[in-house]
Amino acid sequence: MRDTPLSNCERLFLLKAIEQKKRLDGRETYDYRNIKISFGSDYGCCSVELGKTRVFCQVSCELVPPKDSRPTEGIMFFNLELSPMASPAFEPNRQSELLVTLNRQLERCLRNSKCIDTESLCVVSGEKVWQIRVDVHVLNHDGNLMDAASIAAISALSHFRRPDVAIQGRDVTVFSPEERDPIPLSIYHMPICVSFAFFLQGSYLLVDPCEREERVKDGLLVIAMNKHREICSIQSSGGIMLLKDQVLRCSKIASVKVSEITELINKALENDRKIRKEGGKFGFAESMPKERITTLKRDEVPVEMTDVKETANDIVNSTETTTEAVPSPVLVGMGTAQIGEGIVNSWALEEDEEDESQTEDRKTDEVMLISDSEEEEVVILHEEAQKSTNTSGEK
Amino acid sequence: MDTIHACFKEKIGEVLLPGDVFSFRLPESGDGSIKSEKIICGPGLRRNGEEVRVCKSGILRHKQPNMYWIDSQQRRYVPAKGESVIGIVTTKSGDVFKVDVGGSEQASLSYLAFEGATKRNRPNVQVGDLVYGQFTIANKDMEPELVCIDSCGRANGMGVFGADGLLFKVSLGLVRRLLAPQSEIIKDLEKIFPFELVVGMNGRVWVKAKTVQQTLIVTNLLETSENMTSQQRQTLFKRVAEGSL
Repeated sequence: MRDTPLSNCERLFLLKAIEQKKRLDGRETYDYRNIKISFGSDYGCCSVELGKTRVFCQVSCELVPPKDSRPTEGIMFFNLELSPMASPAFEPNRQSELLVTLNRQLERCLRNSKCIDTESLCVVSGEKVWQIRVDVHVLNHDGNLMDAASIAAISALSHFRRPDVAIQGRDVTVFSPEERDPIPLSIYHMPICVSFAFFLQGSYLLVDPCEREERVKDGLLVIAMNKHREICSIQSSGGIMLLKDQVLRCSKIASVKVSEITELINKALENDRKIRKEGGKFGFAESMPKERITTLKRDEVPVEMTDVKETANDIVNSTETTTEAVPSPVLVGMGTAQIGEGIVNSWALEEDEEDESQTEDRKTDEVMLISDSEEEEVVILHEEAQKSTNTSGEK
Repeated sequence: MDTIHACFKEKIGEVLLPGDVFSFRLPESGDGSIKSEKIICGPGLRRNGEEVRVCKSGILRHKQPNMYWIDSQQRRYVPAKGESVIGIVTTKSGDVFKVDVGGSEQASLSYLAFEGATKRNRPNVQVGDLVYGQFTIANKDMEPELVCIDSCGRANGMGVFGADGLLFKVSLGLVRRLLAPQSEIIKDLEKIFPFELVVGMNGRVWVKAKTVQQTLIVTNLLETSENMTSQQRQTLFKRVAEGSL
């Protein structure tokens, strides 16, 4: 589907509004939209809402042989996908420039900054290491995908727990989450991208541009920073000329924003940890607010009440008595019980008449082969269940 | 037959779902004369032989004397003949402009379909301009066609517009409420400050006020008044009016 083109009057209006330091939704120049971070019930599953932009991230891990050049380090793999539901401009399976830019920037921000200790992901040097895979999906595009993606990625990585392993010589045992508690990744710092959009040949800048503002921008500056005021990556695109003090000013603004966002991420992680420890309900179903519009509202309707008592009594008297209660379970074996009796199989209807005479003759001593499987014996649990399964065996 | 009207009358104001059927059985013609009645089925209702089926979910509405339709909430526009919409010119190819109206296909607009346009005297339309026009052809089998003149050849308010001002998108239900003859929303908005407004039935609204700030205020008020009751809307407008004075 095509995206709606930007009309001339919208473009002129947006630029005029920016000159007067006004934004469409009433924000100030350096204001971010509302950020909402929520975690799913699996470890490593995170959804971030930046205004109306929505991004979803899932972290998973796998044991693989390491790269030849680095036998003692784990592998990090990043993948960002633009889902067609995010915007009519995104077509499935099309490698667009925006996709390549976002992927490259996400990799630079998280991999080159060495925020994750990859040495700790090594299990058997040269043979088995953990590969951490970060998948980011864009669910709704309302501007500033880069910031939302980086927040989602680093939150998901901080939330993720990998399975515990035990090494004995060359044997590696991976414990499931029930056997041993999974271990969090060792994260040194949290790099977060902050985007600055420049308009009118670099004279005006806006932080966190929304989708319409992004369409009229001249250039974009993305600074990835952590809360210790260390710059992890800077990227300037659009071909505008930036002055030295402009870049310095942007980095100062970025450090303020990054510390706010890092606090928000830590608070969200802390909340999630607390709820999980207390045993409360966690996951998306709990954190998403229930938005319901009350449906049908009717005025009071007059109801006919003249002979209600007689009809009610008639109905009660004419109904049949309810069936008996379900019998209590019969313990058949260790961990197996049966409640009630199974009903007769009604699938093989034509063969029923032939089978009925045969089933009465056969004794229930031998073990009956029910299926064509190549396993040796199929053990039947209960005699009565066997009769009903006999008919299926005749097929 | 009064049966038809009676069938509909009991469901006016109720929520109907696609697949609901109104079927009418013609009574045995004892007296020989069958009065034929005309019922106009509006959007959401479709005739299927002897019955009328509901094809959109919504509330059944009625307008005297014989018009029935389903009032439903929707943001995606489907072009329909005779409706006036705001379009954005995307390409100029030869004698025809391609205009994006928010539907699945772009509409075509001939350069001769403007007031006072001849082969020598072409209208001044650039790519990216806003045009207000009416559909002459709009069905699911053909590309829709727009014109900016009415049947007499007069512009009647249509054509290129909007050198200034802001264009934004709302739901189709709000647009119909704005275009109703005695629209309360417009009346309440007028009291705050003067502004120019163009409403297209494809959900696009263009606003222009004296300053950028006022334009932004009107835009935000219109977007939020979609989900408010008239009481809440009036209190909000009153607050804004006091704040801006």
